[in-house]
Amino acid sequence: MLRSLTTLLAAALVLASCSRETQVERANREGILILGNSGEPKALDPQLVTGVLESKIIGALMEGLVADDPKSDDALPPGAALSWENNEAMTEWTFHLRPDGKWSDGTPVTAADYVFSYQRMLHPEFIAPYVEMLYFIDQAEAFNKGEIDDFTKVGVWAEDDFTLKLRLREPVPYLPSLTRHYTWFAVPRHIILIHGKMTDRFTPWALPGNFVGNGPFRLKSWEFHKAIEVDRNPHYWDKENVGLNGIRFLPIENPYTEARAFLAGQLHSSYTLPSDFIDSVAAKQPEFLRQEPYVGTVFMRLNTTRKGLDDPRVRRALSLAVDRQAITEHVLEGYFPATSLTPKMGQYQPDPVLRFDPDAARKLLAEAGYPDGKDFPRFSILISRPAARASTEAIQAMWREHLNIIVDIQNKDWGSYITAQQTLDFDIASAGWIGDYLDPTTFLLMWTKGNGNNNTGWGSEAYEKLLDEAAHQSDNSRRLEIFRQAERLLMEEQPIIPTAFYSRNYLHRPEVKGWHPLLLDNHPYKSIRLEP
Amino acid sequence: MLRNLLQRLLQGIVVLLVLFTLTFFLVKAMPYGPFQQEKAIPEHIRAKVNAYYGLDQPLHVQYGKRLANFIQGDPGLSLRLEGRPVTEIIAQAFPTSLQLGIAAILIALCVGIPLGTLAAAKKNSLIDFGAMALAMIGICLPSFVIGPLLAEYFGRTLKLLPAVGWEPADPRTWILPAITLGLGTAAYLSRLTRAGMLETLSQDFVRTARAKGVPGTRILVRHCLRGGLIPAVAYVGPAFAGLISGSVVVETVFQLPGLGQHFIKAIETSDEPVILACVMLYGSLIILANFLTDLVSLWLNPRLRTR
Repeated sequence: MLRSLTTLLAAALVLASCSRETQVERANREGILILGNSGEPKALDPQLVTGVLESKIIGALMEGLVADDPKSDDALPPGAALSWENNEAMTEWTFHLRPDGKWSDGTPVTAADYVFSYQRMLHPEFIAPYVEMLYFIDQAEAFNKGEIDDFTKVGVWAEDDFTLKLRLREPVPYLPSLTRHYTWFAVPRHIILIHGKMTDRFTPWALPGNFVGNGPFRLKSWEFHKAIEVDRNPHYWDKENVGLNGIRFLPIENPYTEARAFLAGQLHSSYTLPSDFIDSVAAKQPEFLRQEPYVGTVFMRLNTTRKGLDDPRVRRALSLAVDRQAITEHVLEGYFPATSLTPKMGQYQPDPVLRFDPDAARKLLAEAGYPDGKDFPRFSILISRPAARASTEAIQAMWREHLNIIVDIQNKDWGSYITAQQTLDFDIASAGWIGDYLDPTTFLLMWTKGNGNNNTGWGSEAYEKLLDEAAHQSDNSRRLEIFRQAERLLMEEQPIIPTAFYSRNYLHRPEVKGWHPLLLDNHPYKSIRLEP
Repeated sequence: MLRNLLQRLLQGIVVLLVLFTLTFFLVKAMPYGPFQQEKAIPEHIRAKVNAYYGLDQPLHVQYGKRLANFIQGDPGLSLRLEGRPVTEIIAQAFPTSLQLGIAAILIALCVGIPLGTLAAAKKNSLIDFGAMALAMIGICLPSFVIGPLLAEYFGRTLKLLPAVGWEPADPRTWILPAITLGLGTAAYLSRLTRAGMLETLSQDFVRTARAKGVPGTRILVRHCLRGGLIPAVAYVGPAFAGLISGSVVVETVFQLPGLGQHFIKAIETSDEPVILACVMLYGSLIILANFLTDLVSLWLNPRLRTR
């Protein structure tokens, strides 16, 4: 029996060595891009999901009114809309759809599709989890909460087949950039209504065989925990400029498995790279290593309802005792020391107020009644992801060294970790936030009192007044100035302690051309080419 | 004897019912619900989603409904992969787990039994010590160590076999995961076989056969193997069920689209219909495997039949 097994194994290995072309080499020949995508998408209906990994696939299948630019974060190339204009107050917008825009079944994309889509997403019976993204539209929130029934009162309508009008509740200068988010995409009315009512949450329309989108690719297949494949959309308006024949998204969740797959020639680009791999890749295969800024911030949430942490001086002291330079050099490799909460984006750059000053920290702590850390309550820092442990331990050590206080680290599974924060059942929590679009509101709006993502128990009338003032400001530079003030206030109050700005560390093959560093990491797939 | 077997089957049904009930209430006792995510969903939306799935109803009502649906063969819709029927998920994933389990148990049998027999035949020799040392290593090394090492060497260094992925029709993709999963079982099997064979080899009938001049290999294969394998057989049935249900680590290391990944993700996201379906499936498998083991033991061991 042993002999037969050995023979079998040997035969298999011989067979294997006959086809030594790696999967990537074969994909290069076929014009297929293979991407690691970190997990199984919850769904592909853009109105039912909230995640980032879903956006990577939806971005191949659908296109927003405004498209992504392959090189620039600020450029706004036309997508489903050829052009757009707005009134001076930035509250009324007109999008002129391209007349040659088609769904992947050849049906024209019309303004009525957009009106249908926003009505579907906002409809109280449809229950879209990320519906808040559309609350910028006038009366959208009221309609969604059932306060008004008449959708014609909501600020979206079709002037004609190719003219879409929007009336907003406040000036939104970054609306074109916002329409690049999948919540603002159109869904195919004519297909959705074949499979059910507008408000049916789950019909098979968004599955392979039925899915119709207006993007450069079509949904070809979806196998759980294996791959989602897309191929060229023959009806896409710019099909001549689509460089790939298809994309294969692999839902590899474990970053070590993903790195192995990449290094064995099974992926063109990985989703992430464990930081303990960075040095070895940098030394042995630097051509594969990519480290690029990303709009995200790692921070600590402080529960300001806890005795001790309710004092802003204590919170500031904790922040001043964190050596961010050391953390990004030795633990969160590739990341950048945080200087405020919001990373630099476009024209917005917050004041760099965060610094490392142990003397000032000790002084503040003493002023708050804890000289040399005496009688300071013993708090614990809540973490969940294994990746957060090392940086949390570093902070634990810094607080011990500089402030003479001891904190514990408490590890919880993901669900319990989220619940603990949402119910304020924690002292300090390690957390992170990734921006959805390039405007400071994506980082600043969540710190209002009672916001579902605040979870610090902190609130400030002055802060909210500034946000409100900014919301009604149509002069963009003035608006950003007010946000800078608000952020300064937030950093003085310090309900959160930002530690580092994200960097996207990942592995990438050099034959993938047209893939440039982008802050939001949304690479328009149509401009990507494979040139081995 | 038939009565005995029927009794075992009935016991199995009771066990499954208890399993279902325990699992259901354990899931409900988790400190978080299925729609807990980092970016908070507005409260009015979450309440509506819960109502949509009937999660706002009293527990006993939910339990009754879920049980009734399960008995009718409808485990419902997944809460993680929203809107996808659990039956579709299992239909996609279970064949992979089954195929992997079969490949792994074959490897375990082909390695474990010959190794154990050899060790018993050459008791206290270098071969015996070598084989048992190998078995000890197999038992001690967890699959999350063996798996990445194999993938690194055969996948990345030699580029002979894929480091990740699974194609039902491509045997190259089965080899590394099946070896990783089967090795531990092979090690146990070899130790059990060795012990069983040693016991059989010390029996009177073996001495008689030797005295009559029957060649050693013939004694080993014709006279001893059947009796010596009884402990190993008792282990193989449940081990097979264990391989099918316990392949989570191997599935993660090699990115296999099996049921284990769904099971773990379902637990992380409190996806009750998928958790229940997996537990019931695994439970049924283990019960079935034990039942089959009983049957094979009856065939192997005549003494059990007369009792």
